[in-house]
Amino acid sequence: MAWMAWTWPTAAFFAFIACTLIVFSVLAIKYPETPRRGILGTETTRGDRVFISLLGSAFINLAWLGIVGENQPWALAVCLVYAAAVFRWV
Amino acid sequence: MRINKSAIVMGLYLLFLLLPIYWLLNMSLKTNTEILNTFTLWPNSPTLDNYRTILTDPAWYMGYVNSLIYVVMNTVISLAVALPAAYAFSRYNFMGDKHLFFWLLSQRMAPPAVFALPFFQFYSSVGLFDTHIAVALAHCLFNVPLAVWILEGFMRGVPKEIDETAYIDGYSFGRFFVKIFMPLIASGIGVAAFFCFMFSWVELLLSRTLTTVDAKPISAIMTRTQGASGIDWGVLAAAGILTVVPGALVIYFVRNYIAKGFALGRV
Amino acid sequence: MEKTVNQKAWFLVLPVLVLVAFSAVIPLMTVVNYSVQDTFGQNQFFWAGLEWFREMLESERMWNALGRQLLFSGIILAIEIPLGIFVALNMPKSGFWSSVCLVLMSLPLLIPWNVVGTIWQIFGRVDIGLLGYTLDAVGISYNYTQDVFAAWFTIIIMDVWHWTSLVALLAYAGLKSIPDAYYQAAKIDQASRWNVFRYIELPKMMGVLMIAILLRFMDSFMIYTEPFVVTGGGPGNATTLLSIDLVKMALGQFDLGPAAAFSLMYNLVILTMAYVFYTVMTTLEKRGG
Repeated sequence: MAWMAWTWPTAAFFAFIACTLIVFSVLAIKYPETPRRGILGTETTRGDRVFISLLGSAFINLAWLGIVGENQPWALAVCLVYAAAVFRWV
Repeated sequence: MRINKSAIVMGLYLLFLLLPIYWLLNMSLKTNTEILNTFTLWPNSPTLDNYRTILTDPAWYMGYVNSLIYVVMNTVISLAVALPAAYAFSRYNFMGDKHLFFWLLSQRMAPPAVFALPFFQFYSSVGLFDTHIAVALAHCLFNVPLAVWILEGFMRGVPKEIDETAYIDGYSFGRFFVKIFMPLIASGIGVAAFFCFMFSWVELLLSRTLTTVDAKPISAIMTRTQGASGIDWGVLAAAGILTVVPGALVIYFVRNYIAKGFALGRV
Repeated sequence: MEKTVNQKAWFLVLPVLVLVAFSAVIPLMTVVNYSVQDTFGQNQFFWAGLEWFREMLESERMWNALGRQLLFSGIILAIEIPLGIFVALNMPKSGFWSSVCLVLMSLPLLIPWNVVGTIWQIFGRVDIGLLGYTLDAVGISYNYTQDVFAAWFTIIIMDVWHWTSLVALLAYAGLKSIPDAYYQAAKIDQASRWNVFRYIELPKMMGVLMIAILLRFMDSFMIYTEPFVVTGGGPGNATTLLSIDLVKMALGQFDLGPAAAFSLMYNLVILTMAYVFYTVMTTLEKRGG
C-alpha cells in the first residue's frame, strides 16, 4: 500500500464519497422513486443528481482556485448551494 | 449516371486509404540502398530479406508472440466477465444498474495517458511488471466496458420468452446460458471479440509502459529500429506490414458481422 | 423490452465490478493521492495541498496544450463527419462490392496506432515518401519535422485517413436501416437528391451521427501514439496535444504531483463528456424504442 501514498485528507475525501454512495443506496431501497424531468430536459433520479452535484462541485472548486485563488473553504459553500439547486430543479 | 459517380467517389476514397499501406508494402520489399538512392513506385528488384530478418531474429518475432499472447488473454478475460454482466444489464433491473452502466462506459472513455503512471507503480509493487497478464489486465480497463456494451446490445435483441421457456423446461441458469443463449448471440460474441482484439492490438502506450524485456510488444520493438547507421527503413516497413496481417485476417473472418456491430453504434 | 426487477443480478455483474475496480478505481485513487503531495523519489511524500492544481491552472503549458487539443479535435471533426457521411452515401448497398468496401474500409482501424504513425512518417518524407516526394516535386515546400503548418497538415490528414472509415461505417449502418418505402415515396413526390438527404436520410442517421461525433471527439481528445510517432510533439511544442504533454510530464520527467493534478482535470473533462454522451445515447434509445 505504500506506493499509493495515502494521506488523511484524501482518505477522508474517499470516505465521504463512499458514505454518500451508501446513504443514497439505502435511500433508494427505503424510498423508491420515479425519475422526473428537470430543467435539463432529461430524466433524472436521485443518483443522477448526486453525480451532477459532485461533478459540478469539482469544477466549482477548480474555478475558485483559478480565479479567486484563496479561501478555498468558501468554494465548498458555493458547492452546497449548487448541490441544493441541482436537487431542487434538475 | 448516379452509380458511376458513386463508383468514382468510392474508388477515390479507397485509393486514399490504400495508397499509404501500399507504400509501406512497397518499401518492405526493397533493399535499403534502393529506398534511399532511387525513388521508385514499385520495387525494381523485389526482395524478401527484410521479412527474413524479422522472422529469424527472436528479438523481433518474439514481439509478435508477446503481443498475441496478451491480446488473446485480454480478449478471453474481457468476454468471460462481460458475458454474465451484459446478460444482467439486458434482462434485469437492479439497484444502481444505470449508474453502474454509465460508470463502466466512462472507463471506455478514460484516457490511457492518465492511467499509465499509476499502473506502472501498481504493477511494479505487486511484482507483475513486465508480464503478459499485467498488460492484459490493464487493457481490461477499456475492453471490458466495451464488451459489456456491445454484448448488451445484441442480447437485448433476443426475446425474453426464450429464457422463460428454458427455465420452465428445467434448465439451470448455467446450462441455459451456455447451451442455448450463447449460440443465439454468437454473432454478438464475434463482434465483441473483434473489437476487444482490435483495441488491445492497436494500443501502445500502456503496453509499452508496462513492459521492458520479457513481454515487450511488437509495437514497442518497432520504435527502436533506429540504429547507429540511421533508421533501417526496409525492416521497419516489413514489421509494419506484419502487424497489419493479423488485423486483416480478423476482419476477413467477421466481415459479415461488422456491419451489424456498427449498426448498434456501440464501438 | 420489459425488464424484471431482480437484485440477484448483482452477482452476475460482480466479476466485472471487481475487475474494473481493480484496474480503474485503485489507480484513480492513487492519482488523487499523488496530486496533493510532493515527492523526491524513494516513496517519500510531502503534503502539498492544492499547490499543484494552482500551478497547473496557472501554467501556460497546460492551457496551450488544451488549446491545441481543441483546435485539433475541431478540425478533424469538421473534416471527418461530412466526409464520412459523403462516403457512406456512395457506398454500394449490397452485394460483393459492399463487402469489399466494408473490409477495405475497416483496414485502417485495425492497424496498430504506432504503425499508423510509422506509415505516415514514411509517406510524408520528402526523400522516400510518396506524399512528401510528390509535394516536393510540384514545388511545395513540405517538411513536417521543421514546419509547423506541415506538421499539423500531416497529423490531421493521418487522423482523417485513420478514422473517417469509422464515421462512414456508422453512417452507413444508419442508412441501411431506412426502409425502401421512404425512397419510393420520395420518388413519387419527385424530391430532389438534396431533399431526400435533408428530410429522409439525415434525420434517420441523426442517432448514429451523434454517436460518431461524440466518439470521435472523445477519442481524438486522448490521442497519443500517432502524432507522437510522427512529430514527437514538435516542431517545438507545436503538436504537443494533451496526452503527449501528460506522458512527458508523468513518465518522462516523473513529476508525479503536477502530472496527477493534470490527470485529474483531464479526467474531469472526459467524464463530463462521457456523461453527455451517455445521456444522449439513452435518450435516443428511448425515443427509438
